[in-house]
Amino acid sequence: MDMTHSSKIPEILKIHEADLLSEWNQELIATNTRKGLIKEAELQEECREFLKLLRIAAQSGNLSNIQALEWREVREMLSSISRSRSQKGFTPTETATFIFSFKRPLFDRLRQQLHDSAELGEEVWQATDLLDRLGLLVIEAYQKSREEVILRQQEEMMELSTPVVKLWDGILALPIIGTLDSARTQVVMESLLQKIVETGSEVAIIDITGVPTVDTLTAQHLLKTVTAARLMGADCIISGIRPQIAQTIVYLGIDLTDVTTKATLADAFLMALKRRGTTIARK
Amino acid sequence: MQKIEEMKIQSSADVVLVRQAVRQFAIEVGFGLVDQTKIVTAASELARNTLDYGGGGTVKLETLQEGGRRGLKLTFDDQGPGIPDVDMALKDGFTTGGGLGMGLGGAKRLANEFEIESVVGEGTRVIVVRWK
Ligand SMILES: Nc1ncnc2c1ncn2[C@@H]1O[C@H](COP(=O)(O)OP(=O)(O)OP(=O)(O)O)[C@@H](O)[C@H]1O
Ligand SMILES: [Mg+2]
Repeated sequence: MDMTHSSKIPEILKIHEADLLSEWNQELIATNTRKGLIKEAELQEECREFLKLLRIAAQSGNLSNIQALEWREVREMLSSISRSRSQKGFTPTETATFIFSFKRPLFDRLRQQLHDSAELGEEVWQATDLLDRLGLLVIEAYQKSREEVILRQQEEMMELSTPVVKLWDGILALPIIGTLDSARTQVVMESLLQKIVETGSEVAIIDITGVPTVDTLTAQHLLKTVTAARLMGADCIISGIRPQIAQTIVYLGIDLTDVTTKATLADAFLMALKRRGTTIARK
Repeated sequence: MQKIEEMKIQSSADVVLVRQAVRQFAIEVGFGLVDQTKIVTAASELARNTLDYGGGGTVKLETLQEGGRRGLKLTFDDQGPGIPDVDMALKDGFTTGGGLGMGLGGAKRLANEFEIESVVGEGTRVIVVRWK
């Protein structure tokens, strides 16, 4: 049954906006368990703004499809509230309570205004349905902003754990620690190439002592990095290939004959120095 | 005591988890560093194929005990498109995904026993065993 067009909710929101606002505010302040996290004035302002946008959107008569254009401003506002709540440290429940606490004032008002029980039932259902949808939207937006934080941290970590260091004039080293999955390898490659350009280095040592597994994908990434570095005018040396890894690479059938390899970073460094015509002498 | 575990392979993070679990099993079976590395690397290849070509799937890890010897068996299953020509897929350098084309053949060489069953339109099962 579609009663959208005859719903009294838009009208009630319009006529009783001020009362609804003050009742809702009391409700929120009473249930607000995290008084330190948000100021009452700020909360009031959010309520006022939300009710205004809700009223405007409801005037369209569409109370069921909140993805429609007329609900855009409501959606945007709720997203931004969710985001700021999640940053302030609110839980998802506390965040969604913002919407769900509006049920009581709205239902009270419906009960007061509508006397036909069938009509009241239908309107309460519509109001519940609408507020539930908005509440879910809040939770989704909250979740999304959390995921963005995690993603950003992952990216930061990837950059942090792949430092390109300058060992000597013209010699760079890239100690890789952990799994060389493709997202990370991209970062590794870019930071190495970048540093080669910046420093005008001629030799880059990629140390894989800290890489637990070298499989075909890892090997392919390494080979691509070596090739790209070569195109930038730098020779790569791969060091830190442990005996068990060397054996495995042979069984896999990966051809590293084009790549200079050394057992340890120290060996690779000596070789790099030699290439640059520098020697180290014991005094 | 036999140990069995089944894991899903739905993302590249799962591939990392599979490698870690296989290493754990290999240590429990008593594999040395070289054998550990071999079976973990084979698992990495097959798990990634399951993910990339099979559209995701599962792996079953089993410790084996036969007479006096111990081993580790891995069964990779997917319900993907299957491999039309298995012999071709096993050839070094054959790839349909822009890889090196060494994974399947490499996994076979890294294992002591290797079995592959694939039906086009139904999926692929690869079994590898490594004995201590
Ligand atoms: N589970 C699977 N389902 C469908 N096709 C597969 C599956 N596993 C392998 N293949 C096919 O076999 C080919 C060869 O696999 P293989 O692992 O040897 O090489 P690759 O994955 O292409 O490259 P890489 O050297 O990085 O592993 C793949 O390109 C793919 O076409
Ligand atoms: Mg492969």
